[in-house]
Amino acid sequence: MTSELLSLTAAQAAERTRAGDLDPRELWDLYRERAGADDLGAYLWLPDDAPEMDASGPLGGVPLAVKDLFCVEDVPSTSGSRILEGYRPPYTATSVRKLVDAGAPMLGKTNMDEFAMGSSNENSGYGPVKNPWDESRVPGGSSGGSAAAVAAGLAPWAIGTDTGGSIRQPAALCGIVGLKPTYGAVSRYGMIAFASSLDQCGPLTRDVTDAALLFGQMTGRDPCDSTSLDYPADPRLPSAERLDGLRFGVPKELLDTEGIEPGVRAVFDTTVKRIEELGATVEEIALPHSGHGLAAYYVLAPAEASANLARYDGVRFGIRAEAPDLLSMYEETRAQGFGDEVKRRIMLGTYALSSGYYDAYYGQAQKVRTKIADDFRAAFERVDLIVTPTSPTTAFPLGARTGDPLAMYLSDVLAVPMSLAGIPAISIPGGLADGLPVGVQLAGPAFSEFEICDAAYALERAIGFGDLPWK
Amino acid sequence: MEVASARQYEPVIGLEIHVQLATDTKMFCGCELSFGLDPNTRTCPVCLGHPGVLPVPNRRAIEFGLMIGLALGCEIAPRSIFHRKNYFYPDNPKAFQISQYDVPLCSGGELAGVRVHRAHLEEDAAKLVHAGESGRIHGAEASVVDFNRAGTPLVEIVTEPDIHSAAEAAEWARLLRETLRALGVSDVNMDEGSLRVDGNVSIRPAGEATLGVKTELKNMNSFRFLERGLDAEIARQEGILREGGQVEQETLHFDNRTGALSSLRSKEEAHDYRYFPEPDLVPIAPTEAMIEMARAAIPELPLARAERFERDHDLPADSARLLAFRGEQGDFFEAALAVSPSDPRTLANYVVNDVPPGSAATPEAVAKLVDLIGAGTVSRGAAKEVLEVLAAEGGDPEQIVADRGLGAAGGDELGAIVDQAIAENAGAVEKIREGKDQAIGAIVGAVMRQTKGRADGGEVQKLIRERIGA
Repeated sequence: MTSELLSLTAAQAAERTRAGDLDPRELWDLYRERAGADDLGAYLWLPDDAPEMDASGPLGGVPLAVKDLFCVEDVPSTSGSRILEGYRPPYTATSVRKLVDAGAPMLGKTNMDEFAMGSSNENSGYGPVKNPWDESRVPGGSSGGSAAAVAAGLAPWAIGTDTGGSIRQPAALCGIVGLKPTYGAVSRYGMIAFASSLDQCGPLTRDVTDAALLFGQMTGRDPCDSTSLDYPADPRLPSAERLDGLRFGVPKELLDTEGIEPGVRAVFDTTVKRIEELGATVEEIALPHSGHGLAAYYVLAPAEASANLARYDGVRFGIRAEAPDLLSMYEETRAQGFGDEVKRRIMLGTYALSSGYYDAYYGQAQKVRTKIADDFRAAFERVDLIVTPTSPTTAFPLGARTGDPLAMYLSDVLAVPMSLAGIPAISIPGGLADGLPVGVQLAGPAFSEFEICDAAYALERAIGFGDLPWK
Repeated sequence: MEVASARQYEPVIGLEIHVQLATDTKMFCGCELSFGLDPNTRTCPVCLGHPGVLPVPNRRAIEFGLMIGLALGCEIAPRSIFHRKNYFYPDNPKAFQISQYDVPLCSGGELAGVRVHRAHLEEDAAKLVHAGESGRIHGAEASVVDFNRAGTPLVEIVTEPDIHSAAEAAEWARLLRETLRALGVSDVNMDEGSLRVDGNVSIRPAGEATLGVKTELKNMNSFRFLERGLDAEIARQEGILREGGQVEQETLHFDNRTGALSSLRSKEEAHDYRYFPEPDLVPIAPTEAMIEMARAAIPELPLARAERFERDHDLPADSARLLAFRGEQGDFFEAALAVSPSDPRTLANYVVNDVPPGSAATPEAVAKLVDLIGAGTVSRGAAKEVLEVLAAEGGDPEQIVADRGLGAAGGDELGAIVDQAIAENAGAVEKIREGKDQAIGAIVGAVMRQTKGRADGGEVQKLIRERIGA
């Protein structure tokens, strides 16, 4: 019974609970117990008591793992940082509230790279997360805890956030589905900000149907988020079996990126063949400026972060270092509370915004960002969707890149351009390379999430990737 | 060769005015605006800068900003942008202030000959209260923060350096305050900090076009202190230049108890605010309809009121401006004028000079007094005495005249006094008859002395001429 329950996708489980065939409490108990026995480091907090269970909502009472970056009232919310140790927000993030209201009770808070800065989850202030496919390897990041929890069957589904790949890359490395929505599709209110113009939250799930189901309950304009928008389509679940008539583009510049592993390349090439077999056309397209995406990203995101993280000063919440005067209190609190990568990015960002350097760095990076968005816009006049590998590599060993920030940053080289353009993209498992999952990324124009899910669904069925490490 | 000590210097002053808007709620959250309430009772996660919160602009504040811009003759930007101004300080919960930088809501206006460089929207900081002797953060034993004020909507108005004396600066600031008061966008109370005026001051040898090094003066919380502070700084800069020194660019704190200026920070300590566009907000793009609504909401402003007083009531320009630029007195004048429209000049003169704001006199009483003068019941001289009583104690002018015997001297009483004065000033009578008309003054003066000013000067002259046949 237990393994049968565990093998249900979230959508399947919700269907049963909504039909009255399954008591959502049973699901809760199963996952709460598994989460409690987590030895991957995926969770940072779990509730002691079961919440009120209600299967009547569209999400059927199926419990949800929530990245620790989301503020939840009275629940520890640290964004993976020691500086917010003990912080319990006085309010709940809009996206979490909407999902709970739609019937997905919060199962726990998941581990992450500190303030979402990282691609391996090794930058967490509370220890790394292990990849359930190979516990000597990283799960990716920054939503590493959410990805590992879903892949290991420690949660039916999860939400994470993606600033420059933080949903898609860990989904790829853990062999699950991760959807980064259009910027503005989902409210950011209550997401502890990393880079405000890029941050978006989205689902990490076992399959595309689950992603579409969860995403459909997250969208909408929020009066608390001026950058959020009414979603222009009604939620729907994917059903496409073929890709007839669709045009796919393979961006030459991204595929020429150095460091794409042969195993990743092989899975990608097979996927492209499958796309054609399903009736779509595939052509090479140009995204001429996408090669500069990572450089622009590593100016813009740290710049915004340097301001977003300035509020952690020890005055009002989180830890406070004892010091003889105000300035030393600020300095000591931040020195003790922030990890190395966060400090590195605060320094990068502060520098990029400094008087005399602003135009050369921040200003220039904004121009590149505009060019990249223009590239995508032009590409989508020729093709419906763009396909790439999600990450150049499979999951790498713990510790392999901690001493080399640039190598770490390259993990997101294929994911960052979509973030800069604000467009949606999904990562689905394309197959295995040396026993490790490889993700394939599908990107579409703004607000094309349900079309992307349709295509991803057809492709998912053709790929037949049913593997999860605990099965 | 000219020596420095003999040189004449010309002050060049620009003002920066922070106006707290009288909206119901804060600039970027739904917290109620308050003054003088228990500390930290009007706060929420947004204005406390909690992790994960986002700002949402206050529509009313934008409308008020538009009204201010239009009233000052500014251009309204089609898409103005909020920036983050980064600095660490405990009064600044996010460690950045949301303000406007390179594209302000309003730019390029003018008020009474002083050009307005820009007017932009921003949010106020929290209030710090420092325990200890100094009253400032330096040397404080402890500091506490009241976040009730954090996030209050502000409009910052920046003038061009078009002002050339401290008195002119104070007078212009008064006009601006009255303009804002008339707009109904702010409480404009300098004591409570809803209107805060900083001055940028430099001096240069008279006649030169290049600007000298400027200093910024803060903490002048009344118009009187603004004038005193600017005068003190002008004098300080003159002193430095006359001794051959150089003014240093710095920000100065004016101590309104001692009148002393002390340095808050020098140029070297100046902040690098690392401005960049606030990614959590979209540009403000006011529609034509919004701009038209704001324009329609603008009432008669003090400058227009002064022109109207001058034109419709034949007031001298000076009194028209004095009345219009001090809104309360303008209102008093108009209320009195509604009761007694016959002699606006006399009325204006009394309102400007004799019944200061807050006096016990009512507009009706002052109007009635003007009527009594018009009817010849009270002389202008005696009226001054009635005004003193009105200002100090209030009351009814007729009653005051009756109680104090201030009624105009006339009839047999005045005739007898005139006769006596003629008899006692035979020399003057002779001179008048010789054609030295001004000699009549001596006889009039004698009558006025005798009547203690209760007689009408014109009436007295007429009586004298009748009697001596001149």
